[in-house]
Amino acid sequence: MAVCIAVIAKENYPLYIRSVPIQNELKFHYTVHTSLDVVEEKISAVGKAMADQRELYLGLLYPTEDYKVYGYVTNSKVKFVIVVDSSNTSLRDNEIRSMFRKLHNSFTDVMCNPFYNPGDTIQSKAFDSMVTAMMVQAS
Amino acid sequence: MMSPTQWDLPPELCCRPMAFVALTGLDVTYNAIHRAIWDAFCANRRADRVPISFKVLPGDHEYPKCRTKRTSYEWYIPKGILKTGWMNKHLNLVPALLVLFYELDWDDAVWKEKQSECATKVEIVRTSLQGRNTKVAVVLIQKKTPLPPGEDLVASERAASLCNACDLSGKSLFVLPHTDHLVGYIIRLENAFYEHAQTYYYTEIRRVKSHKEFLNKTTHQLLFVRHQFKIAFFSELKQDTQNSLKYYRTAYSLVHELRTHETNMLEIKTMAGFINYKICRLCFQHNTPLDAIAQFRKHIDLCKKKIGSAELAFEHTAWMSKQFQSFGDLFDEAIKLGLTAIQTQNPGFYYQQAAYYAQERKQQATHLCAHEASVSYPTPDHLETPSGALDFYGQRAWRQGHQSIDPPHMEKEKGGILALQMKEKDVPHSELIIALLSNAVAQFKKYKCPRMKSHLMVQMGEEYNHAKDYTKALKLLDYVMCDYRTERWWSLLTSILSTALRCSYLMAHVKDYITYSMELVGRASTLREEQKSRIEKNLIKVLMNEVPEAEPDCDQASAKAAQALWSDRMSLAGSNEFTIEVQDYVPFVQCKAKFLSPSFHVDDPVQLHVYLRADCPHPVRFSKLCVSLSNQEYNQLCVVEEPCKSQDILEASSQENMCLVPGKTRIYSFKFVAKTEDVGKKIEITAVDLMLGSDNGRCVFLNWRGGGGDAASSHEALLAARSFKSRGRVPEQHVEWDTVSIQASTMIISRIPKISVQLSHEPPALNNEMYRITVSIQSNEETVTKDVKLTAGLKPGQDANLTQSTHVTLNGLEMCDESHPALLPDIAIGDLQPGEKVEKYLYVRCVTTGARIFLFHVAYALSTKVEGKDITCKCHKDEIVTIETVVPFEVAVKFVSTKFEHLDRVYVDIPFLLMTDILSASPWPLRLVTSQLQLAPTMAAMDQPQSQVEQVVLQTGECASECFSLQCPPVLNGMSSVASGQYLISWKRKSWSADAPVVTTVATLPHVMVETIPLYVHAELPSFGRVRESMPVRYHIQNRTGLVQDVEMSVEPSDAFMFSGLKQVRLRILPGAEQEMLYNFYPLMAGYQNLPQLNIGLLRFPAVSGQLLRRFLPSRIFVKPQGRQADDASIAAA
Repeated sequence: MAVCIAVIAKENYPLYIRSVPIQNELKFHYTVHTSLDVVEEKISAVGKAMADQRELYLGLLYPTEDYKVYGYVTNSKVKFVIVVDSSNTSLRDNEIRSMFRKLHNSFTDVMCNPFYNPGDTIQSKAFDSMVTAMMVQAS
Repeated sequence: MMSPTQWDLPPELCCRPMAFVALTGLDVTYNAIHRAIWDAFCANRRADRVPISFKVLPGDHEYPKCRTKRTSYEWYIPKGILKTGWMNKHLNLVPALLVLFYELDWDDAVWKEKQSECATKVEIVRTSLQGRNTKVAVVLIQKKTPLPPGEDLVASERAASLCNACDLSGKSLFVLPHTDHLVGYIIRLENAFYEHAQTYYYTEIRRVKSHKEFLNKTTHQLLFVRHQFKIAFFSELKQDTQNSLKYYRTAYSLVHELRTHETNMLEIKTMAGFINYKICRLCFQHNTPLDAIAQFRKHIDLCKKKIGSAELAFEHTAWMSKQFQSFGDLFDEAIKLGLTAIQTQNPGFYYQQAAYYAQERKQQATHLCAHEASVSYPTPDHLETPSGALDFYGQRAWRQGHQSIDPPHMEKEKGGILALQMKEKDVPHSELIIALLSNAVAQFKKYKCPRMKSHLMVQMGEEYNHAKDYTKALKLLDYVMCDYRTERWWSLLTSILSTALRCSYLMAHVKDYITYSMELVGRASTLREEQKSRIEKNLIKVLMNEVPEAEPDCDQASAKAAQALWSDRMSLAGSNEFTIEVQDYVPFVQCKAKFLSPSFHVDDPVQLHVYLRADCPHPVRFSKLCVSLSNQEYNQLCVVEEPCKSQDILEASSQENMCLVPGKTRIYSFKFVAKTEDVGKKIEITAVDLMLGSDNGRCVFLNWRGGGGDAASSHEALLAARSFKSRGRVPEQHVEWDTVSIQASTMIISRIPKISVQLSHEPPALNNEMYRITVSIQSNEETVTKDVKLTAGLKPGQDANLTQSTHVTLNGLEMCDESHPALLPDIAIGDLQPGEKVEKYLYVRCVTTGARIFLFHVAYALSTKVEGKDITCKCHKDEIVTIETVVPFEVAVKFVSTKFEHLDRVYVDIPFLLMTDILSASPWPLRLVTSQLQLAPTMAAMDQPQSQVEQVVLQTGECASECFSLQCPPVLNGMSSVASGQYLISWKRKSWSADAPVVTTVATLPHVMVETIPLYVHAELPSFGRVRESMPVRYHIQNRTGLVQDVEMSVEPSDAFMFSGLKQVRLRILPGAEQEMLYNFYPLMAGYQNLPQLNIGLLRFPAVSGQLLRRFLPSRIFVKPQGRQADDASIAAA
């Protein structure tokens, strides 16, 4: 399960960021922020012509000693980042993919809300609870 | 022993092992030849030379003693894994080959003596290398070039004898002739040495391998590792890197099979680190970087948890840090040699991790080494050893060689640990961390990771902060802050700002302190309200020139020092005024300035609003607001000022004008009258300044360039524009901040003119005529308009050719020419009373056809009152009209014969007709005043040509024709094209008065072909005939040549006529003479009848056919029927 989940706007500022444990929040923020380097590089590596057929899931962005960072970019260039504990070897690529899919669906629901202003930070309870379900439960 | 470099890998491990060959018998200081030989060995050792490290040693050099070989390992218990001196011994002390240089020529006079001296020298070195497998070789330095092998019998004999005397094999004796080709000989020599060295290391490997059978797995575990390591190292010396890698890998797995416990953990980790280093190094060398990375990952995973003694946990992190660092170095070195790294796999990550462990080490060190002041460094020093160095890598100085699980001596153990902790205290951790971080920064910069780079720079800044180097810390933090600000990562920005605020507090750096506070209490900050409140209170203190309270997380001593610094600042006079450019920050006061309209008429006052809003937790008071405009004369009109007493800052009441209540938008409006000089100019807001504080405390000017806004406002405005909220209804009087948009510039435009300009004319203009345009100007102003001026003519900025072909004048009585301009500027009209009207006539002559745009610009001055101020405004009104110019008429010209037949050529001296048609194309009736034919000298009129169209009026589409009878005088050569002349038509519009000038249009007549003919025929016959009534026809035949012409003539019979006369005749006509032939035709039928055809043939000019001549003759004639009266007459006649 994830230790940090983030939604990043097209312009690379955070729309939503949640992490456990709370006391190390800043470190996760930095991790997510630095992972954008790799995301940007991966997006730009895909040629403009191929942009339509681009796979949304970017895979493992980079491994750190303690965490694995995965990325996903929607067609509107909104980025999802999931950080997983390195020691958590039970998670496979498929499961990460399905987490991203869930996240994307839930994000689409948020966007469909007529009262949500695109570009604002996400403050949806439904989105929150979906993210909570994907996070490592703090014991 | 415990130095900062304790964790550094020994240099003998990191170097590339090369076969060690010792040279003796060379005197490199005093003997030039020996020097040259030595230089040839060591200079230019490029990659293409064999890898050997040479050393010159004296003949009696002492080599490390060889211990007696063990015959059994049965009772042997090893004391450690690897001796600290072992690698160095084999790299630099024990040679694989010892070469003795000796000067001896084959034909030396005292051969015997020299041979025995050489043998003695060999004996000496052999003795000093007793027990070693080191080979000995002899090189004879000779002055003479040797003969090819086999030819010099003396040489081979003496060589054999020398080998015998020195107990050398023939392969170990070399000859080095000291000739020109020294380097070539040396290269051959060293290749031979290399082979000997290879053999030596091979035997060494075999020797070490042979120990294996004596070992058992219970007591000799350490030896397994040691032997594998030695084999691998010898293989490396032998340059057999593939096998070496294999042995190192075995050694690596063996080292992890060792039983680990707290006492030997460090030794095992040290050796594992060494072997891992070797493996990674060789993998990079073999260009298999993925293997290197995999090995390193495995190594880290295996060793990560092997912390060892908890009291010395910092040792583990130091070691880990070093592992990452040295791998980073290896990786970087491989890249320098051509390896390509990628964004997600580059040395930067290893340096970053090394820095992370260095940070961990620092934390553990502060935690574990926090001894009380009373604890002193233990005596005796347990870290001292008799030799000053350890015997085995990774062992403890106080229990060297001890391999059992429990420490032998608890007291010593404690002392040793304490000593290590005390030493750790002195390590400059921050320096190490910063060095590693800056290594990582350099790498990430190279591999396009700007955010990672920024993150590491933040860490560096924080580390500098810990190291109390606040200036450097601020420099770094300042540098990256704007990246986080532009990317809108407020949480990260807040954290950086907090650190920066602490630094600036500790340095008592007033301006920075204010800048950071301003942003931390603003809307971009993610701090909690109470923290913002604390910072704002501190900010107010600073503005009142007081000492702010210490930032949290400052240690006591630093905070105290900072307090003192702040007090010093307070007492310092001056320098208490600061201007902060807030445009690039997200300050706690937002500002937007706008002109109420993008343009103002000069007789309306310019209105300007400044919106201010504070985002801080407490109301904030300011003492001055001023707007700077591009024309600085207005600046004094855009100021709000209220000098406030310093104590007012604290109790800012929200009712006041100069107080900003958090979350409420305040509007300050300014109004001023623009100067008349600024008409047509742009007025821009160059800056908005808000002064906080007071003159007697500190005052801070927040300066916004242009019309306000800050680093975050443009994005907010974008979001607001998209928001559904913006479409909602906002209560009156309440300004929604997001909906306010900045309007930083306005145009001052001239007053709306109250004057009418009307044009009347009759389009289209006709080509070349004086086209009249009537301009009526009427003043609708309430006061006198002064100095009215009209500028009229072709509008500038059109095709340049139009300027050349358009002429404008006010005088309609005479034609204007090239000297007249296309535009008449500033025609003075004078003053106009209210309601007065003037008319002006403008005459335009357009030389070419096409559309033209004409401009009528009326300018005047007027005095008026704005906001109680008298101003003189200049007003102007433009009228623009497009006028098409067309040709008035088309002139068509044709040549016809006197029979009105079309002529494509004319004949000399034979009259013809010129017909002109004037077809009116003008929509207005035209009066043709007159027309005139100006003939060229090649044409002559038959009579005095008179205009036949004088005073004719042509309506649209009507045509006037004229006809002139002309003939051509003889031309020189039989046929040529001649000019005809010009046709001049003088005309004007019918509507124009008599005194209007007449326009003359010139039509050039076409050229015509003129031809000379030898014979001319013309007939004389009545205009009609009557049936059965004879009519006489006379043919005149003229000879136009200077020769006598024989002419054959015949008349063909016709059904319509009977005739009398010569039917066929041949006659002779003298030059220039004329012959007359008379016929009587008697028509038989009525109507148009063909005349009997006259055929003429010229015997001299067969080319001149009857066909041509027949053109001059009528072919038909109208025959009237017999009339009744005539009938009667004929009856009567009968």
